[in-house]
Amino acid sequence: MRGLDKKAHEAKDKKAVIGPDIDLDTYSLESPTHVDVKDLKLMPDADKEKMALAGLDISEKDRAGTYIQKDGISIHSGSHQDGLEIIPIKKALKEMDWLKEYYWKLASVDTDKYTARARLDLQNGYVIRALPGKKITLPAQACLYLEKEGFSQNVHNIIIAEEDSELHIISGCASASHVKRGLHVGISEFYVKKNAKLSFSMIHHWAQDVVVRPRSVGIVEKGGLFLSNYISMKPVKSVQMYPTIYLVGKGAVARSYSLLVGSPGSELDVGGRIYLKAKDTRAEIVSRAITNGGNIISRGDIVAEVPGVRGHLECHGLILNGGIMHAIPELKGMVDGVELSHEAAVGKIAQEEILYLMSRGLSEEEATATIVRGFLSVDIPDLPAPLKAEIDRAVELSQKEVM
Amino acid sequence: MLLIEDLQVKLGNKKILKHVDLEILPGETHILFGPNGSGKTSLLMTIMGYPQYKVTGGKITFKGEDITHMTIDDRAQLGIGMSYQRPPSIQGLKTRRIIEACSKGGVDVDALAESMNFTDFLDRDINVGFSGGEIKRSELLQLMAQDPDLALFDEPESGVDLENISLIGNTINRLLQRDYEEQPCKGARQCEAASPCKTAKSCEPAQPSQRETPFKTAVQLGKTRSKMGLIITHTGFILDYVTADKGLVLYKGVVAGKGHPAEIFKQIRKVGYKECARCAA
Repeated sequence: MRGLDKKAHEAKDKKAVIGPDIDLDTYSLESPTHVDVKDLKLMPDADKEKMALAGLDISEKDRAGTYIQKDGISIHSGSHQDGLEIIPIKKALKEMDWLKEYYWKLASVDTDKYTARARLDLQNGYVIRALPGKKITLPAQACLYLEKEGFSQNVHNIIIAEEDSELHIISGCASASHVKRGLHVGISEFYVKKNAKLSFSMIHHWAQDVVVRPRSVGIVEKGGLFLSNYISMKPVKSVQMYPTIYLVGKGAVARSYSLLVGSPGSELDVGGRIYLKAKDTRAEIVSRAITNGGNIISRGDIVAEVPGVRGHLECHGLILNGGIMHAIPELKGMVDGVELSHEAAVGKIAQEEILYLMSRGLSEEEATATIVRGFLSVDIPDLPAPLKAEIDRAVELSQKEVM
Repeated sequence: MLLIEDLQVKLGNKKILKHVDLEILPGETHILFGPNGSGKTSLLMTIMGYPQYKVTGGKITFKGEDITHMTIDDRAQLGIGMSYQRPPSIQGLKTRRIIEACSKGGVDVDALAESMNFTDFLDRDINVGFSGGEIKRSELLQLMAQDPDLALFDEPESGVDLENISLIGNTINRLLQRDYEEQPCKGARQCEAASPCKTAKSCEPAQPSQRETPFKTAVQLGKTRSKMGLIITHTGFILDYVTADKGLVLYKGVVAGKGHPAEIFKQIRKVGYKECARCAA
């Protein structure tokens, strides 16, 4: 571990390969203290409202468990289901010796200054694990909440779906309404073991001047399925992320779906990269992005290293009210017998579609809204109903702001 | 009533309708014949209000209102609807949603779809991967939900298999109230002169409430037909299922002939459009 700290120190000022550079020293590392919350309903209404917008169900009615962190402090963590563990990572690192086999094993501390910061100034984060053979069909939920103005929230999450298990997670990020400026650095390491199924849906609901640098890496073993969804529709200053997934076991499947809305002043540089490293593995990366005056870069990269694998990339972008939409799809086949394809389209809403709906009695605004809603409603396979409903709700809510 | 007077229309720089006069009275259905490129679809698109079809002369009046420059959605609100030949596909927009939008929430979408044998398509993206026949059924389903007073049909039978063509025909009949029993003023031809349907006591029993009874197929007694229809046909198949009151031939952007639809169709088959345009004129 010392070695990692040393590497992190060396990378403290290392700029990221892509995305605007952030001066980390302008953000505070001192977290205010926050007290534990036993009953989620007792949280202040303003917090509950914001958290709900990031997918948190305060009633926990349809949730298998919850983790909530405010600034640097974990204020709630608990599982309601046998076979599901939800533990703050600092506690887990102290109490669970086995976790060191997972901590910083996929992500590298010296990737850039953000990974280095999460190593050197870790505040907290969560470990969520489904035990072998346990099918946790209700989603577990997590919320990382920013309440202190100008705070640098550094978290590290480890998600493990053990062999033959099933695990679904909604991970929401939001900031209090008074927060204008902040930084969120999040390391996530995903382990999908043999024949396990993991879906991870991240909903961002930040503020205008918040900067976000997630660094995620996942690995999927034989017969495993990893679904990774990302939704960001609220104004945010800058998000740059390029999560990587390695499919290392026969028949492993990864799907990555992103729904992005770029508002004026927002810069979203969001991608997905999947390595097909074993026989019969499959990858799909789908992104739907609307710019409303913001700057969106939508990246996708599939690398096929062995024969008999398949991958498909889809980037669709709409420019509604100005802004820049930059789709960068990449495919790399390294051997014979791989099947990789991509489709990318950047444009506007076809006038013909608007007129068609207007001829059914919809006003121009209604027609446009209906088409945009359709554009953002992607059918995500293998997603359980409550999660689908949550995503639909997020789209519906944000869509009002888009139009 | 739809009244078109000396209509001239440009698409881009091309004059596509040079002189069109047309009058459709309440309860009447007209058939529009004409060779490819004669301006049939353009006429429908112009009546519907597509802005790329620029009206350079003449006037369109519907229900007494000058709609020549009215927006497309205002025309739809006023009671004009269209069944398209090649409607656009819209990714992510479920057919169910568009049907709900058409009806403003006023119909039972599932029941309506059932009647059109179209239930399986409700949760598919509108027109995405639909076959020709499926598009037609989807279009008619939307019109059923919309329930317009003037329905425009662009080749409703094209691409439809023989099994479904009677379904299409029956649906058009329902939309245009052709399933109503003939009224004392027999047929439109006698009504048209002074439009007695508007005044005659015998025809009066107000507007049928279509919202409440959209599925009735049986002859509906004592109801006055008020729906108007304009149907483009190439093959004439639809004439076997839908009785129409009048036919007109559009030829090179001009209404070249008017008459009984079956007669016109017979002539076209016999001597072709060119000759027919001449003889019917």
